[in-house]
Amino acid sequence: MKILVVEDEPEMLESIERVLKQENALVETATNLNDALDKALIYEYDCILLDINLPDGSGLELLQELKKQNKSDGVLILSARNSLDDKLEGLNLGADDYLTKPFHFSELIARVRSIVRRKKFDGNALLEIGNILVDVTNQAITIRNEPVTLNRKEFAILMYLISNKGRLVSKTALAEHVWGDNIDESDNFEFIYSQIKNLRKKMNDLDSGIEIQSIYGVGYKLIES
Amino acid sequence: MKLIQRTIVFMSLALLVALSVWAFIFYVNMIDEVHDSIDDGLDNSKLLIIHEASSDSTVLSKSNFDEGNYAIRKIAEHHALKHYDQYKDTLMYMENEDDLEPVRLLTTVFEAKENEFYQLKVISSMVEEDDLIEDLFYSLLWLYLILIVTILVINTLVLRSMWKPFFNYLNRLSQFKLGKNEYVQPIQSKTAEFQILNKVVTDVLESNIRSFHNQKQLIENASHELQTPLAIALNKLQLLAENETLSEEVVKEIFQTIETLERLTRLNKSLLLLSKIENKQFLNEENVDFNELTEKVLDDFRDQIEFKELTVNVSSEGKLIANMNTELAHILFSNLLKNAIRHNSKKGKMEILLTDSTLQISNSGIEKALDLQNLFQRFHKESNDKSSTGLGLAIVKSIVDLSGYRITYNYTLGIHQFMIQFN
Repeated sequence: MKILVVEDEPEMLESIERVLKQENALVETATNLNDALDKALIYEYDCILLDINLPDGSGLELLQELKKQNKSDGVLILSARNSLDDKLEGLNLGADDYLTKPFHFSELIARVRSIVRRKKFDGNALLEIGNILVDVTNQAITIRNEPVTLNRKEFAILMYLISNKGRLVSKTALAEHVWGDNIDESDNFEFIYSQIKNLRKKMNDLDSGIEIQSIYGVGYKLIES
Repeated sequence: MKLIQRTIVFMSLALLVALSVWAFIFYVNMIDEVHDSIDDGLDNSKLLIIHEASSDSTVLSKSNFDEGNYAIRKIAEHHALKHYDQYKDTLMYMENEDDLEPVRLLTTVFEAKENEFYQLKVISSMVEEDDLIEDLFYSLLWLYLILIVTILVINTLVLRSMWKPFFNYLNRLSQFKLGKNEYVQPIQSKTAEFQILNKVVTDVLESNIRSFHNQKQLIENASHELQTPLAIALNKLQLLAENETLSEEVVKEIFQTIETLERLTRLNKSLLLLSKIENKQFLNEENVDFNELTEKVLDDFRDQIEFKELTVNVSSEGKLIANMNTELAHILFSNLLKNAIRHNSKKGKMEILLTDSTLQISNSGIEKALDLQNLFQRFHKESNDKSSTGLGLAIVKSIVDLSGYRITYNYTLGIHQFMIQFN
């Protein structure tokens, strides 16, 4: 996985770089539009993480340039502006996704993986983990060639945890990913637990080769057992 | 009191004083002039009578006024020598009026022959002072009234024409609302004072509008600026928590810090949303189908509803279509629904009623009405729930206000009900 991170905030950049390297990605960085254009137009990346507000211009210019050069790198916009207009403009200019700061790293990883999967395998990705085979396009899984029925939320949780394999995924991150931005946090996401419980049961019953661990009540971690 | 009324009151009082003083002086002068004139006449009569007495001695024996205007009587020499001419006002019976009437009386002495002294009294009828005062009073009263009416007419005409630009300007100013209007059409007049007024008001308005915009902008800018440091802090903590050598206790502490920062992020986002609503940055309005929206939002919250074991009852008595921004409609509905779930009791009830023009969301909950005064205020919290930003209903209210709709809250027997009227 080769990724270009375009971000002018050094501390932000460093954290993103670190987390992507933990995911075994090849990371290159740019802190301004010029550097970003130089790199993006010469090399091929599986995904470009693009900040819009750059000191020497708008990240959207990079999108336009990529389009002009017929380059098909996946682009994930990272913006501090949570505005529908910005989002629509970015997506119209050919970006694949849009993530508002601050974000959970697990969300970032899940989105990057999803983009890379789409670009690399044209969407027809079959993901293998433990004894599970995931058909991402059709949202179906089989365990040891046995089809397993998961509801929409269970599938979303499983995919999210698989994307973040071996990482601690906080309950908040999981809830926001699966239930959307405007879910209510007052019940401390206890309602997630019942979904996790069902999912765990299905995984364990069928010898899936994965384990969903609860970590100190703060989140979950998926590991291959 | 209106300008015109004040002018009239002031002028009436001033005129009353001025006319009274004038009337007094006028009266004194006039009486003086009348006396002067009559006294001259009396003096003339005196000379004529004395002259006649020297040729006709019968004149000397006319001791009563009777039909004439004089009376003569003989007096002693020592009296006569002490005497000098005296004019005085007195009363005398007048046949025609059958009453005592004021007369002017001249008393004098003369020497008809050697050492024969006579006292002569000559009278002349006088104006009646009380009649004079009365006439004067009525004349003045008329003058006063005519003056007042004249002033009233002139004032009205002057106010109508000269003050017209002022009153028009006043009218425009009174319709000015900060945040709604940006400009007040200046006064149209060449009058210097109005021009000054124009400048002063324009300056004050402009500085107010500017600071209003600055204030609104401040919240938005501050929220934006906060996003990046928050993101950095959150991401660093997330990385830190991944360290496998950390003890459970430390990881929990880190996550508590993360949760606090996440709360701050939510607060920040809500503030940003609120200021964007109030800055009217949600422009695209379209017809939003609330019956459809109900299904969608309920689906978003299905797991929370199930977790709380709530009984949800949706009744569509009509088709509710409202012209508003789709994103805002979604936020509006979600916030109300979120509240109805959050403040509901376990195994409680929730009811959604849609009609052609209203949306009602009711839920069971605490057995006490909410504080209506502060319900929609920013940062007002009914519970001491840490995770609540206290902005949810403030956002609802500003969306409703922006769209020109109306929201009301009602409490009956443990049921809290919010109703939005879309017309």
